[in-house]
Amino acid sequence: MIAIIDYDAGNLTSVERAVRHLGIDCQVTRSLDDIDNADRIIFPGVGAAGSAMESLRQLGLAVAIRQAFEAGKPILGICLGAQIVLEASQEDDVSCLGLIKGCTRAFESNLTENGQKLKVPHMGWNNIAIQKSHPVLEGIRPEHQFYFVHSYYPAPKNPDDILAVTRYGKDFASALAVDNLVVTQFHPEKSGEPGLKLLKNFSAWKP
Amino acid sequence: MLSKRVIVCLDVRDGKTTKGVKFVGNVDIGDPVEMARIYYEQGCDELVFYDITASHEKRGIIIDVVRRVAESIFIPFSVGGGIRSKEDMREALLAGAEKVSVNSAAVQNPQIISQGAKAFGRQCVVLGMDAKRVEKSAAIPSGYQVFINGGRTPVNLDALEWAVEAQRLGAGEICLNSIDADGTQQGYEIELTRTISEAVDIPVIASGGGGSPEHMAQVLTEGKADAVLVASIVHYGTYTIGQIKQDLAGQGIPVRNILE
Repeated sequence: MIAIIDYDAGNLTSVERAVRHLGIDCQVTRSLDDIDNADRIIFPGVGAAGSAMESLRQLGLAVAIRQAFEAGKPILGICLGAQIVLEASQEDDVSCLGLIKGCTRAFESNLTENGQKLKVPHMGWNNIAIQKSHPVLEGIRPEHQFYFVHSYYPAPKNPDDILAVTRYGKDFASALAVDNLVVTQFHPEKSGEPGLKLLKNFSAWKP
Repeated sequence: MLSKRVIVCLDVRDGKTTKGVKFVGNVDIGDPVEMARIYYEQGCDELVFYDITASHEKRGIIIDVVRRVAESIFIPFSVGGGIRSKEDMREALLAGAEKVSVNSAAVQNPQIISQGAKAFGRQCVVLGMDAKRVEKSAAIPSGYQVFINGGRTPVNLDALEWAVEAQRLGAGEICLNSIDADGTQQGYEIELTRTISEAVDIPVIASGGGGSPEHMAQVLTEGKADAVLVASIVHYGTYTIGQIKQDLAGQGIPVRNILE
C-alpha cells in the first residue's frame, strides 16, 4: 500500500487517481500510523514552501517522513515535495526537511532562450536529460516530455544526487535520488503515458 | 526545451459537447469524456472544458464530467464558464481539474482572482479575457477593449491594463480571445497577443481565429504566445492534433510529440 501524504498542500486527487488507474492500492492520509504501516510513500505538493513546512511540522509529518526515510522505505516526492526535501528553500526563506543536501532556489527573472525572455513560472511540457540510470526512470526516453509548473527548483549540493536535468534558460535538476528517496520537479501524474510509467516503476522499486 | 502547447477547447452544455466530431466515425458524438480521450491519445497537451450550461440547476453536471475525465486522462485540464466564487473553484479542483478559468466573474469581482490564488495557488487560476480592437482613447489606451458575457457586453476596461492587473492579483495564466478573429479561421490576432504577452510574465494562450498550423506558428512566434487554443479545426476533423504538431515541428516550433 502506498500512502499519499496529505498536508494541506494543494490538490492530491490527481496523484491518487493516477495511482489507482495503475491498479495500485493507495490511501491519501495524514495519519502517522498509516504512514508507518505503508510500504511506500508519495509526498506530493503544490503551494508555497513556508506554509507547507509549517503544516508538516504541526502535523508531526516532518518527523514521520524522516523516520520513513531512515527506515529505508521507498519515497517519491513530487514538485513542492521535491523542493522541501532539501535543507532550505529560498521561497519564504524557510528551513526544510534536509534529506538531501542543498537548497531550493528561485528562477532568475532574466532567463532567456534563443533571445526570448523566459516566463516564470516554468509551465508546460519539457524534456528531461537522464544523467544516470535508475529503476524509477526505466523505459523513459530522451524524447519523452513531462509536465512542469514551478518557479523554484532544487539545487542539490552533491552533483551525484542528480538523476536528470531540464533546460529552461539553463540546466536545473529535475529529478534527484538519494538512497530510497526519489524526487521529481515535474508532475508524473499529469504527464501522460511516460508519467504513468514512472509511477508504475516507483510502485515496484526495491531500493 | 519547453514546448509550445496545443490546447483543445470543448464547449459543454448540459454535459454534452456542443460541436460534434467528424474525425472518427464511431465516437459517441457529444460525449466530452470520449472526445477528451481521443485528443489525449492524439497528443494534445492540455484540455479546456468550457461550461455553457444556461440553467443553474444543471451546473453540477460539469463536475461529473470533470470527475470522469480526471479518472482516465492524465494531462492537465481546466474548467471555465460559470465559476463565480472560491467555492466553485474548489469544487472543480477537487473533482480533478488542474486549473479554473474566470472571465466575466473576474471583471465584476477582481478579488476572486486573489482569493483563488491564495487558496489554491496561482498556477490554478487562469484569467479568460475577450478583447476587441477599438479606437485608442484615454479610457482604452492600448486600443483593445475588454468584453464580458461571452463577448457581448463591452466594459470600460483596457485589455492591456486588465492583463497586468490580473497578474498582480495572482492570475497564473491568461487565455486571450480575440473577438475580431474568433470564428473567422483567418488567423489569430497577432498584435493583440504580442501586446499582452510582452506586458506580462505569465504564460499567454492565444485563442480565436486559428484555421491552420501556419496561423498557430505565426502567433507562437510573432505573437509571442506560449500556447494556442484550438476548437473547430480539430472537432470538424480538418486537422488532427498529430498533424498540427508535425506541421509546427516542421516550422521549427518546439512541440511535444507522443511516441509509443
